[in-house]
Amino acid sequence: MKIDLHQPILDKNDRIASENRDLFKEKRVFVLDLLASPGSGKTSTILATIEALRDEFNIAVIEGDIASNVDAERISAQGIAAVQINTGGACHLESDMIRRAVNALDLDNLDLIIVENVGNLVCPTDFDLGEGAKVMILSVPEGDDKPLKYPGVFQVAEAIILNKVDTMSVFNFNEQAFRDAVTQLNPQAPIFPIAATKGEGVEAWAEWLRAKIRAMQEA
Amino acid sequence: MHELGIMTGVVESVGAAARNAGADKVLKVSLSVGVMTEAIEDALQFAFEALCEQDPLFEGAQLDITMVHPKSRCTECGLVFDHDRYHVICPECGGFAELLQGKELRIDSIEVDIPDEEEETERKSS
Repeated sequence: MKIDLHQPILDKNDRIASENRDLFKEKRVFVLDLLASPGSGKTSTILATIEALRDEFNIAVIEGDIASNVDAERISAQGIAAVQINTGGACHLESDMIRRAVNALDLDNLDLIIVENVGNLVCPTDFDLGEGAKVMILSVPEGDDKPLKYPGVFQVAEAIILNKVDTMSVFNFNEQAFRDAVTQLNPQAPIFPIAATKGEGVEAWAEWLRAKIRAMQEA
Repeated sequence: MHELGIMTGVVESVGAAARNAGADKVLKVSLSVGVMTEAIEDALQFAFEALCEQDPLFEGAQLDITMVHPKSRCTECGLVFDHDRYHVICPECGGFAELLQGKELRIDSIEVDIPDEEEETERKSS
């Protein structure tokens, strides 16, 4: 006997993501899902972003890692609430992990939650967490050809941060080739070149994020 | 490597639907997978086979995957066009396009054996 199901495979994840999204809307918290490779400077970018926005907004961070809490400790050292999720081997975060993590946060007194997804340019792209936006970081040493190798993540991102731009000459990074490839994949996404550890370029990125947070608060 | 997680969800959903229908065997599972997702056909097959070994309900089950090629509509000139993973801009006017298909991750249908139904059919035909 044939049974027609027509059921999304990620049904359960999408349902919980939608509940998360409703909760974030009710609490007027903007949630940023940050995707990038290991070593691209996710935590440094988060620290620079916190530095730029902490006077205006209450910020918390959810750290997704396969193991350890070294990232959460770096964030906590700055006096920012951080929740560590250890996926125990899983290569991406799912919406129910976010639901459990936000239980540990005081949503009534937060404006921005930055989710640092597991370092991976592939798997996290298929999973809706209920975020306000997915943003990706590519770092210069990874190479200008990455949009061609990992198109999915460049397409799902609403904005793209190009980190470690101070090393561009060392790595022969062709910024124009990078921009052209991104434009083919995702013409609407702005690209923010930054050097997170030096604070360079961070203000333009923070301005984009500021507008998103304000829009959430005024909705 | 998230194909195992995706397929675990498929096997759970299919198992529940099959048991609901009173089936004792899943013969075939049909999926649609968009080319613009990060799910790889071979890895899905591999994960399915590994999971089937763990559940007698799925013994010998086949997985049929239809890969869905991307298609978009230009938001400016309205042209509907096929494209690959890398070129999503309208080939006519260069406008932004919205994706019509190519991001599917869907269970379309399943084929199952229902013991009572078979006996019924046999009685009728004899």
